[in-house]
Amino acid sequence: MTYVAKPKFHHPDLPTNDLGYTHRDYEGTISTLCAGCGHDSITAAIIEACFELSIEPHRVAKISGIGCSSKTPTYFLGNSHGFNSVHGRMPSVLTGANLANRELIYLGVSGDGDSASIGFGQFAHALRRGVNMLYIVENNGVYGLTKGQFSATADRGSKSKRGVINTDNSIDLAAMALQLGATFVARSFSGDKAQLVPIIKAGIEHEGAAFLDVISPCVAFNNHAGSTKSFDYVREHNEAVNRLDVIPARAPITVNYAEGAVQIVEQHDGSKLALRKLGADYDLRDRTAAMSFLQRHAAKGQVVTGVLFIDEKPHDLHHHLATVNRPLNTLSEKDLCPGSAALAKINAGLR
Amino acid sequence: MKLTDIGDPNYFHKVVDCQWACPAHTPVPEYIRLIAQGRYSDAYMINWKSNVFPGILGRTCDRPCEPACRRGRVEKEPVAICRLKRVAADFKDDIRERLPKPAARKLGKRIALVGAGPASLTVARDLAPLGYDCVVFDADRKAGGMMRSQIPKFRLPDSVIDEECDYILNLGITFHGGQRIDSLKALLADGYDAVFVGSGAPRGRDLEIPGRAEAAKNIHIGIDWLSSVSFGHVTKIGKRVIVLGGGNTAMDCCRSARRLGGEDVKVVVRSGFEEMKASPWEKEDAMHEDIPIHNYLVPKFFTHENGKLTGITFEKVKAERDAKGRRNLVPAGEPDQHFPCDDVLVAVGQENAFPWIERDIGIDFDKWNMPVVDEKTFVSTNPKVFFGGDAAFGPKNIIWAVAHGHDAALSIHKMLSGENITERPLPDVQVESQKMGIHEWSYHNEITTDHRYRVPLRDKAAALKDIRAEVELGYDPNLALGEAYRCLNCDVQTVFTGQLCIECDACVDICPMDCITFTQNGEEDELRTRLQAPAKNTSQDLYVADNLKTGRVMVKDEDVCLHCGLCAERCPTGAWDMQKYLISMTHAGDGKCQAVRSAA
Repeated sequence: MTYVAKPKFHHPDLPTNDLGYTHRDYEGTISTLCAGCGHDSITAAIIEACFELSIEPHRVAKISGIGCSSKTPTYFLGNSHGFNSVHGRMPSVLTGANLANRELIYLGVSGDGDSASIGFGQFAHALRRGVNMLYIVENNGVYGLTKGQFSATADRGSKSKRGVINTDNSIDLAAMALQLGATFVARSFSGDKAQLVPIIKAGIEHEGAAFLDVISPCVAFNNHAGSTKSFDYVREHNEAVNRLDVIPARAPITVNYAEGAVQIVEQHDGSKLALRKLGADYDLRDRTAAMSFLQRHAAKGQVVTGVLFIDEKPHDLHHHLATVNRPLNTLSEKDLCPGSAALAKINAGLR
Repeated sequence: MKLTDIGDPNYFHKVVDCQWACPAHTPVPEYIRLIAQGRYSDAYMINWKSNVFPGILGRTCDRPCEPACRRGRVEKEPVAICRLKRVAADFKDDIRERLPKPAARKLGKRIALVGAGPASLTVARDLAPLGYDCVVFDADRKAGGMMRSQIPKFRLPDSVIDEECDYILNLGITFHGGQRIDSLKALLADGYDAVFVGSGAPRGRDLEIPGRAEAAKNIHIGIDWLSSVSFGHVTKIGKRVIVLGGGNTAMDCCRSARRLGGEDVKVVVRSGFEEMKASPWEKEDAMHEDIPIHNYLVPKFFTHENGKLTGITFEKVKAERDAKGRRNLVPAGEPDQHFPCDDVLVAVGQENAFPWIERDIGIDFDKWNMPVVDEKTFVSTNPKVFFGGDAAFGPKNIIWAVAHGHDAALSIHKMLSGENITERPLPDVQVESQKMGIHEWSYHNEITTDHRYRVPLRDKAAALKDIRAEVELGYDPNLALGEAYRCLNCDVQTVFTGQLCIECDACVDICPMDCITFTQNGEEDELRTRLQAPAKNTSQDLYVADNLKTGRVMVKDEDVCLHCGLCAERCPTGAWDMQKYLISMTHAGDGKCQAVRSAA
């Protein structure tokens, strides 16, 4: 843990966004995680994504459960709303908040323990319901806070720091999210910000249940030879299906993409995602193909990264429930109490 | 671009901007840390070894270190390095025990030093403890040269000059005060093994415009007048005084005039206020004493009545660029301006003068009538005669004179030891990790956001009453501590070892100044554009290191690094380390002369 505060000075030529903020304005307090933690890189990527999207910090709610990952919302967006909830219960707290105020941007921050074990059911139902959010799992395959026991996402056959081989099957959260109906599914790696930042931006802009699995090496307990979540292993076995450029709603596409090499996906808010295909011929609009692609490559020990699936016309929970368009706290007594005449009319309809 | 060779002593020396900019290369951050620890005597001794006159320079230095200070690129103002130096001098204990002793055994070699200013005294300081017989001559009775004669006492009290000159004179040096050297030929004939000329630039330039001769009684040459004031020969001046010139001498003149009866004192300069040669802080000090500075006025003629000066008429000019982009002053086409006054002080520059050096003793002079002097060894075309200070390359300042003195002393020592004087020794470099524990460093790495502390001043009315009352009171220990903490410890270097790096990005993410980037290598110009933050300051190096598994390179822009050590603190593998790089210049006889123990 670092004891000195991060100095307030910043580079004199730091770029500012449309709101006049630098990326430093999106920071939180200094991280108390171990030095070199992959989660800190994800934190930095979230900061960069929010900076680039010129998001007003007060429009973001960051909600987390318990664990190393769930501590991180303290380290980014120091001026946003936050809720550090009960272990594994981030999805239901987020769902409730989202129902109460649909106008905020919801960042659900969780880990492999929080989402794949104690909160597995919550994870499933939030995605199944299509809550409009970006659900980020900072996935290191171990319980870091309790000194490195295997978590449910640890690959079968991988070795713990103490030399024990994992005999349980692993849960692939991205594959689960595809199966559960998430309308945006991606996987990335904390050691590759060039890939991670645009995916976070796209996930934030996606108006539906967006799920992002980020492999995030635990430098203290899961970064050794034999681990499948180490920097070296992920770098060697990374099978990136695409590279993403996020193009804001009103901006024209200025980069010239070679024919066939790129897939342009228009999101609901008008922003466009330009996906440069890498290697495999991959159609990210095909959910079942994505699922089988993931499983085929997992069997070969490869880590598939990139944007795996997008539903261009997602519907979220508010749409399914036909809820009121405004945040509940803006509804006045007049809106909620239509008066005795309206009541009499309803009663009459039931007679 | 090429990988950085951190084994080159100059690479990390350049990162210590203040030390690099200092002509004498004083290890500034090292002594500032000692001041913060209250180790004033240790801080003083580091200065004394490097710049010889800490108390004097702490009041009067031209401070090339401060414009270079990294803090000035991070926030508004640099660290008050100069005034912290004074703190070390003000609060030190009696350090005489720590000074070198007069040499027990003499070498039997005699060196004559002409002039007892900072250059000569530095040469004597370096050579006397080695056993050379140093004989110093000066026209003035006391040692100090222009430090004593031209710097007003309200900036530099005599007691400080006495103390620091005595430290040197007590090293077993022969000082002949009041003895002007009129012939170098005669001096050489006395059989000296070497002669060092540190006689300064003693002649003030005059202003030959109409009325100069008629009003001569009330027109004074600035540096001559200042020295008359210093020695008490002049105690009064008229009520209305005009100072012509925009250098530091002009500032000393106008402020002295304010104290000797000048009520309406003004400075008039030919060029613009911004282009004045005087240091910004000296201009501020003058204006603080209600002395206005009028610019773009070229003196046309002195007005006089019955042989008495009545004022000066000026032509108004403006600055224009010609076709070649050169800046010229051209008439503004406005009516001439007349300022009435009782006295004029002319401070329009200084010149060297060597009427006492015969032209047939093997010393070549150039077309400007300046001796031909080697810029590294300071030897003239006569291998026994060396020059330094203002006498070598024209008027500069004290700290340059000291730097010249060190280099000339080294040359003399090498020459008299039968060595080749053009072979210069490398600086002494010590490198030490500052790591004490997982998150503990042996330096104060917390960055304060405090702005530069003002030095307390004597009340203006009281200061203007007494020309010998020092205006600046100096920092007290608390203010000094606050100011010392502003130092960014630029000598504690970020040292990177690629083999240890796992490319986790922790350093990139934590760096408050976005200095660090991991990327593909490229040509420097192009590389500078694609870093975390653009590296526009090309005077600052990029630190490029390889040996990374992904084949990328680590690029660190040294420009605005705070040396806070967070990169090393957040590094899980120790690929980053904070290492103190202590560089000291090699002086004559280093290795034998143990004046300063390492303060590390």
